[in-house]
Amino acid sequence: MSVLVTPNNYKMDNSGKRIVVDPVTRIEGHMRCEVNVDENNVIQNAVSTGTMWRGLEVILRGRDPRDAWAFVERICGVCTGCHALASVRSVEDALGIIIPKNAYLIREIMAKTLQVHDHIVHFYHLHALDWVNPVNALKADPKATSSLQQLVSPSHPKSSPGYFKDIQTRIRKFIESGQLGIFKNGYWDNPAYKLSPEADLMALTHYLEALDFQKEVVKIHAVFGGKNPHPNYMVGGVPCAINMDGDMSAGAPVNMERLNFVKARIDEACAFNTNVYVPDVIAIAAYYKDWMYGGGIGATDLMDYGAYQSYEEYALGKDGKTTAKLPGGAIIGGDWSTVHPVDPKDPEQVQEFVTHSWYDYPEGMEDKGLHPWDGITEANYKLGDKTVGTSTNVQYLDESAKYSWIKSPRWRGHAVEVGPLSRYILGYVQGNEYIVKQVDSSLVRFNAVCKILDPAHQDVTDLKAFLGSTLGRTLARALESEYCAEMMVDDWHSLIENIKNGDSSTANTEKWDPETWPDEARGVGVVAAPRGAMAHWIVIKNGKIANYQCVVPTTWNGSPRDAKGNIGAFEASLMGTPMARPEEPVEILRTLHSFDPCLACSTHVMSEEGEEMAVVTVR
Amino acid sequence: MSSSVETFYEVMRRQGITRRSFLKYCSLTAAALGLGPAYANKIAHAMETKPRTPVIWLHGQECTCCSESFIRSAHPLAKDVVLSMISLDYDDLLMAAAGHQAEAILEETVEKHKGNYILAVEGNAPMNQEGMSCSIAGKPFSEQLLEMAEHCKVIISWGSCASWGCVQAAKPNPTQSIPVHTFLAGKVDKPIIKVPGCPPIAEVMTGVITYMLTFDRLPELDRQGRPKMFYSQRIHDKCYRRPHFDAGQFVESWDDEGARKGYCLYKVGCKGPTTYNACSTVRWNEGTSFPIQAGHGCIGCSEEGFWDKGSFYSRDIEINAFGIEARADDVGVAAAATLGVAVAAHAAISAVKAAQKKGDE
Repeated sequence: MSVLVTPNNYKMDNSGKRIVVDPVTRIEGHMRCEVNVDENNVIQNAVSTGTMWRGLEVILRGRDPRDAWAFVERICGVCTGCHALASVRSVEDALGIIIPKNAYLIREIMAKTLQVHDHIVHFYHLHALDWVNPVNALKADPKATSSLQQLVSPSHPKSSPGYFKDIQTRIRKFIESGQLGIFKNGYWDNPAYKLSPEADLMALTHYLEALDFQKEVVKIHAVFGGKNPHPNYMVGGVPCAINMDGDMSAGAPVNMERLNFVKARIDEACAFNTNVYVPDVIAIAAYYKDWMYGGGIGATDLMDYGAYQSYEEYALGKDGKTTAKLPGGAIIGGDWSTVHPVDPKDPEQVQEFVTHSWYDYPEGMEDKGLHPWDGITEANYKLGDKTVGTSTNVQYLDESAKYSWIKSPRWRGHAVEVGPLSRYILGYVQGNEYIVKQVDSSLVRFNAVCKILDPAHQDVTDLKAFLGSTLGRTLARALESEYCAEMMVDDWHSLIENIKNGDSSTANTEKWDPETWPDEARGVGVVAAPRGAMAHWIVIKNGKIANYQCVVPTTWNGSPRDAKGNIGAFEASLMGTPMARPEEPVEILRTLHSFDPCLACSTHVMSEEGEEMAVVTVR
Repeated sequence: MSSSVETFYEVMRRQGITRRSFLKYCSLTAAALGLGPAYANKIAHAMETKPRTPVIWLHGQECTCCSESFIRSAHPLAKDVVLSMISLDYDDLLMAAAGHQAEAILEETVEKHKGNYILAVEGNAPMNQEGMSCSIAGKPFSEQLLEMAEHCKVIISWGSCASWGCVQAAKPNPTQSIPVHTFLAGKVDKPIIKVPGCPPIAEVMTGVITYMLTFDRLPELDRQGRPKMFYSQRIHDKCYRRPHFDAGQFVESWDDEGARKGYCLYKVGCKGPTTYNACSTVRWNEGTSFPIQAGHGCIGCSEEGFWDKGSFYSRDIEINAFGIEARADDVGVAAAATLGVAVAAHAAISAVKAAQKKGDE
């Protein structure tokens, strides 16, 4: 029982009732969360724990760097491809390989396809049930639902009363069968749910539409990468050669038909974002306008490496202002007027701590931060003295000791949030026109829907407070999906233009052969992963991987306390949130899900020495 | 099937609907489906007796690519599988409940559906770190797996993790991760269907499930426990680029003339000749493409231990999965990379395989 104030100004009090949520469901991977609530059921302490570790980077040691993308792609099948992209970029950075423009554009289209897919699946299939009550949807009037649909999104064609009635009938049959499947043991009578039955029915209908849509948009990955999940990548370019009108064009990976196919999927993505996803998020936000919790450090301490610059900037370097459509940087202490430059290669900037993680640093360095190129990790599953339970039957964790498989990365010592919200704040304050327009118009639309629901509504104008919330995080993700789909249209046209100009090259094979490599090289590959800033660091020696380290978004966001006691973004976001019923973790899930946690991504380490760990023989 | 689940008929009765109305509903349903009156009785019978089969989908050490693939299914659509074909009572990716409310479902399932639920497993269990390098509800995942396996009807090992171990079990296997059948050996004796691939193809996954529901039996399995319906031929056997292999037309390096013409990828590492899967027939993402069509060789992701068989770009295809330590090129003629070599190697692989297959039978 103790009260302490963290360096990042959170008062942590673990004297109240302890609530455990394990597993945290509707996320990728395995996660546990413990909180303490006070007598008013307000969260006063939060403990976020990654509960799985696989040690992929240990496995990579000594392997061919050209194969690494396939291994690290298997870090995560949800954000599939973004680790592969970071990997090939890290190898190319190390070896000084510049890929052809077509390859660059195809990779951009694939990366943005993932953004759209991941964000939509996240909102509808992993997050929506924190806001939407399927049982309540049975009470909806299909006609009123149709009117609501036409109000919030007049251009969406699926809006007739009959359409909603059919869906409602189907859901009714499902629920009345008594076999509730994925809805079983949900929190459907919890007062934390606020939508009208009509809004519930509309959103639930879009849950099903999104399920159908998501399998379409990833077909872009199938065209360029052969399959999804886990499309193929390649060091030096892309494997999908282009043959527009030569011999055997019809059997070539990329031809006119394939490009038309891709364009059709891109157009569908634009329509879905604009007609369904963004209006849904704005409408749902309006119903929950009085629930502005969950901001944590989201609008005050944040970081991104920057993404989506022009091919020319990639190939020739920056000439003045960046062309990045999602400009990077760091904001600290809520000062939106100062954007600090971020460099993943600077050993002083990105460092990882393991004071509260189940790893050991060598003696004397236990509480030091290490840059990923020098990363050390040795697994050490050890619980603190105040743990309740046993090492294989944990009731309550002891957060004063080691309590997670996730390390604690810090930017110049600061705990920062990463993700679409960070990117959108960075874009907004740096004057990105598209982002400024999207954010400003969303606020106008939000206020307009609020007024319809409640004529006495006072317009929300404090952007920092609006964005710095669970809803703000969820909105930024929807806007980023819309932006990425629009960018794909431009990328597609640029690709056509480049081919039209006579360039059909897709690979730079000058350094394919390891004989051409230097004895030692190190590189970094950065990607705007759906969940936030991601980078892979590689050290190549004598043609093999000597060290490989990934610091991924959920490592930043889900990190345990660092050596100084700073709490990470997940823990900060839960602080001060009231729970309607502490035994039903709706509010905890809602806020954690707003980050789209990806736990398999976050818990990866590399042993510097690369020694084989203890082996247990099982028979 | 004895079950304490309410059937559709029971639900209707509970709602105060008479048996007469129920039978009328069945007739109307039969008519709406364009079926004759005789089917009304069959529908009534099914509704009176057949609840949707409960499926418990566990996640161990994995990357969730299997679940992601599953929701890509186009025929049947994932929503139809989840709403109308099975009762997906536990799946930590999609389920609404969390924590205690989620874990309570497992207890209830064992109690109410003992011996009648399908256990689908994505991922595998680690043995190092006291099993706690994958924990759920504060306990090792292996405990949850064992408990749910003991009482299920049949186990589906989704993907290469559950089937073989996959990436976390690649050397040096830091968490000592082991596949489902290895973990359960000597502990639980239930049929295990392996559906390997990283991930498996969506329609293969839903195909296996719907086969079991439709025919009420397990699909025929090969010696390694894979459904023959999807895993009995190599990708190479039905590859659309096979004629180029036979004609000696190969991609020699990335983006060369051969790459643009869609020639065979064998020389740049394609593992299609030794990989058993349905990629070249069913294809991916509703038949949109498959890796070879998109210009990259097959990396052999449905084969046991594929991570530890050399580079994905090497054409030293090891075929020790069949108990024979040999490489394609050794088997063939050790000479320059020309047409003759590859074909000879291919013929040799085929001969070895044929002999092996004969041995199996």
